[in-house]
Amino acid sequence: MAYVAAGYLVTLGGLGAYAAWLTRRTRQLTRERAR
Amino acid sequence: MTTTTTSTSTARRASSLLGWASLILVGATVGLGLVLPKTQEQAEYSRLIAVHPPAAWASYVAVGVAAIAAIGHLVTRRASWDRVTIASLEVGAVFTAITLATGSIWGRPTWGVWWEWDARLTTEALLLAVLLGAVALRRSLAPGRGRAVITSVAALATVGLLPVVHFSVQWWRSQHQVGTLLSPDPASNADNPYIVAMLLGFVAFTVAFAWLVVQRVRLEALEEAYDEVILDRAITDRRAEARPTTEVPA
Repeated sequence: MAYVAAGYLVTLGGLGAYAAWLTRRTRQLTRERAR
Repeated sequence: MTTTTTSTSTARRASSLLGWASLILVGATVGLGLVLPKTQEQAEYSRLIAVHPPAAWASYVAVGVAAIAAIGHLVTRRASWDRVTIASLEVGAVFTAITLATGSIWGRPTWGVWWEWDARLTTEALLLAVLLGAVALRRSLAPGRGRAVITSVAALATVGLLPVVHFSVQWWRSQHQVGTLLSPDPASNADNPYIVAMLLGFVAFTVAFAWLVVQRVRLEALEEAYDEVILDRAITDRRAEARPTTEVPA
């Protein structure tokens, strides 16, 4: 079951990390632009 | 002004809806995938069918959308097409990396190795290298028409790899199995619960791809606007430095 869990974790972790980076960078630039 | 505010608000609502839809669908795919019954051939490892083929599908969709947007940009010269091109290439790289990682994790217990220089694996790795190269090339260039054209050409070159990746299992001897859904060989066909989980995964990852592209396009527009602000500030600063100081005689 460890391999299955690892497969799902890699998928969700990869998508989650990319979505989090997009959100953080978008917020950062929106703040910078408003200054 | 009212029209702009309304359209922005509608776009945000649509983006939010897409985000929630992808969260629910990906959650449902994971839930269904993890409770799939064990198979005689692969025991519980078959449960990876709910994420591995859908990630590969999403990478194909991403490269296809990037190519369509690239043609759109080359024909119309609109910046919005250029943003969709780079967004799709980058999101496609994420899905391709996930495909390779989940494939490697699936291969270890079933093939006995993490990696094999097999036709499908090698061409998929090549696709990832080309996608990362296109994104890196874009980042190395100054904003403008030239950068957009080069990105479009890179997207069109990348789409040429898709048939090679997809048909690699038929063109060369491969350890990787042929397609599960459309294979004429009954031995390659999966049972119904696996087909349902995989199809749900296809829908979920396509919606997730769409949401990620919408977010990336928004970020690209913000980066372009921010680059202009930085350039304006730099020009103003240089002009102020270059202006001769007038000294008042005593």
